Amino acid sequence: MQAYLDNSATTRAFDSVAGLVAQVMTQEYGNPSSVHHMGVVAEKRVNEAREIIAATLKADPSEIFFTSGGTESDNLAIIGAARANAFRGRHIITTEIEHPAVRGCFEYLKGEGYEVTYLPVDDRGVVSISDLKEALRKDTVLVSMMMVNNEIGSIEPVSEAGKLIKSVDPGIVFHVDAVQAYGKLRIRPASLGIDLLSVSSHKIHGPKGVGFLYIKKGTRIQPVCFGGGQQKGMRSGTENVPGIAGMAMAAQICHEDLDEKMKRLYELKRYLGESLSERISGIRLNGPSCDEGAPHILSVSISGLAAETVLNMLSAKQIYVSAGSACTSNNPHVSDTLKAIGVPKELLESTIRISMSVETTREEIDYLIETLSSSVEAMRKFYRH
Amino acid sequence: MQYHAFVIKYAEIGVKGKNRYIFEDALVRQIKRVLSKCDGTFEVSKVAGRIYVAAEGFDLDETVSALQTVFGITGICPAVSIARDGENRLPDEDGICRAVIDFVDGVYPDKNKTFKVRVRRVDKSYPKDSMEMAAEIGARILDAYKEMKVDVHTPQILINVEIREQLNIFSEVIPGPGGMPIGTAGKAMLLLSGGIDSPVAGFMIAKRGVDLEAVYFNAPPYTSEKAKQKVVDLAGVIARYTGKIRLHVINFTEIQMYIYEKCPHDELTIIMRRYMMKIADILAAKTGCMGLVTGESIGQVASQTMQSLMCTGEVVKDMPVYRPLIAFDKQDIVDISLRIDAYETSILPYEDCCTIFVAKHPVTKPRLDVIERHEENLSERIDELVKTAIETDEIIEITK
Repeated sequence: MQAYLDNSATTRAFDSVAGLVAQVMTQEYGNPSSVHHMGVVAEKRVNEAREIIAATLKADPSEIFFTSGGTESDNLAIIGAARANAFRGRHIITTEIEHPAVRGCFEYLKGEGYEVTYLPVDDRGVVSISDLKEALRKDTVLVSMMMVNNEIGSIEPVSEAGKLIKSVDPGIVFHVDAVQAYGKLRIRPASLGIDLLSVSSHKIHGPKGVGFLYIKKGTRIQPVCFGGGQQKGMRSGTENVPGIAGMAMAAQICHEDLDEKMKRLYELKRYLGESLSERISGIRLNGPSCDEGAPHILSVSISGLAAETVLNMLSAKQIYVSAGSACTSNNPHVSDTLKAIGVPKELLESTIRISMSVETTREEIDYLIETLSSSVEAMRKFYRH
Repeated sequence: MQYHAFVIKYAEIGVKGKNRYIFEDALVRQIKRVLSKCDGTFEVSKVAGRIYVAAEGFDLDETVSALQTVFGITGICPAVSIARDGENRLPDEDGICRAVIDFVDGVYPDKNKTFKVRVRRVDKSYPKDSMEMAAEIGARILDAYKEMKVDVHTPQILINVEIREQLNIFSEVIPGPGGMPIGTAGKAMLLLSGGIDSPVAGFMIAKRGVDLEAVYFNAPPYTSEKAKQKVVDLAGVIARYTGKIRLHVINFTEIQMYIYEKCPHDELTIIMRRYMMKIADILAAKTGCMGLVTGESIGQVASQTMQSLMCTGEVVKDMPVYRPLIAFDKQDIVDISLRIDAYETSILPYEDCCTIFVAKHPVTKPRLDVIERHEENLSERIDELVKTAIETDEIIEITK
């Protein structure tokens, strides 16, 4: 049996999505900018995708800009908005638990002379609105906050933040990294006060190498890459038509019966957390309580074990999970997020992330629980303290 | 400048007496092997104590880089080569002079240089002898390029003109790796970890013409698939020079845990290494190897003090243990690692089985009798575990 439980790292593409991508690549391979029939067909694909995606956000299709994925969306949003608003001020705000794609942009801007405030989080990994309120200044031009944390699944108070920011100064650009939230939570950027929203396709069973940035009409932002002027000049470069078509189909499938799907995931997550706590001693579930967090991410520390060892053992049994956050595990360092939520020092390197998707089955979860509970004690004997 | 050939220089092989052809043939084989991976068509020939590579449609950088992985080569000389015409004639004296003058112009846009011409004239049909030819060509160069000056003792440019089956003109000598051609010595078993030292040790032994097999001790689940892939990649670095390498992956977990359970933890590393050496020794004997190779260096870590080396080397009964880095400083090893492009891979941060169970204060001066006494605790199962480990040996063939 195989149990792929690393869906926050990436997901399996839906079969129908893969089929569509192949079809567009081999049959409808025109360039959307071409004037001939093939170009028109390709352009139609892109426009349809834009409409499908806009509908999932109750947004206008003209507000959707395709990119190469979450990292590019974050870069365009943060650097593009910071530069376009530099004349108003150079103070920007983010949180201590952002994904490296966001953190990296803020570090870059800091080097460019911007002043950065990092908001702390509590032991559930949640930012406090009063901290945000205190941080806002006259020269603040941008706030960036993730919707769901990729390591522990905490849900940030994006709605309250949006309201607060817009009541203080509607000119402050509010960016939300929704890479881990889109397709799991209902998101209405317009009613949440969100100006910019980043999404990645491969986290929602779409192809890799594609994503989008929602840009609310009227938001002050400038492009960060230049060229042929595609997508109204906001993101030059020939559109990744097969990827875009595939992403739209995946988005559509994920949003069908979303509430029921999420209800089922919450049940699985609760079952997983409770079973592990019951059957294995020294288990710590990190971050928010089951219902407070996202439905698909569970962060678990297992005392007296190295996460790497657990990963290797599980991998040999075809069970796939991550240590801390997958995106940083090829550069092992202790997770900022886990530190920020106060995971005890001795557990930092003993933490694994289990992340599910709509395709996850109860059998897979049982297989994980059985495997872990039957092997933890043996592995603990040889932990290097 | 359009080169058409390479003159290959080699050193030690030249003095091997009656066995010389064995070394030269091995060198030719290795040259053909690396060139088969390069763009272009090449003809490798062995003529009177020289190896020539006639080349067409090739990329100079790619070809030179490939030749630089052939042990035995000391110098690679890109050459202009002029073939005989339909009537089996080479250019006359004037033609040779003009060819050399063109060559100088093509290779040295800046003429403000000192030079010397050396002629080797195997074709004796020319009226002038080598010395006279050299003087003539030199004079013509001086006529053509006023800035150039002759210096017969320490010329900046040494222009070689060889009149043989064809006319070869070359001046630049690009250093080769030296050593002896692979396949002229025998085979040895390299203990390969994911670190910096062992790939360098393997490289150095291979450089003496030794074919290598390698053994890696894997400890799943304590070591990851990526750690194993790293070792496969490092074996690949050596295989660039040796052509191929057979990697044995031994599952060492059970043995390691058994030692952990039964023996004092400060002796863990020493005892573990003794069993690695034992297994390597058995594997080596089984595969026709004539020695073990390790990356050990005196005093580098606790398990490489002289006392430790004595304890770990003692278990190898069948063959010598070669430790080419034994007197090297770490930085010297790193320098070689960088030069052979192993370093970037070696420093990838995956745990290997040597780092995973390390005691806080390992013994640095182990005593053989004490170690042996503690190893008696293992007597119940260790033979069977070693046997199983060898029987379940996973073999990965790496060819480059």
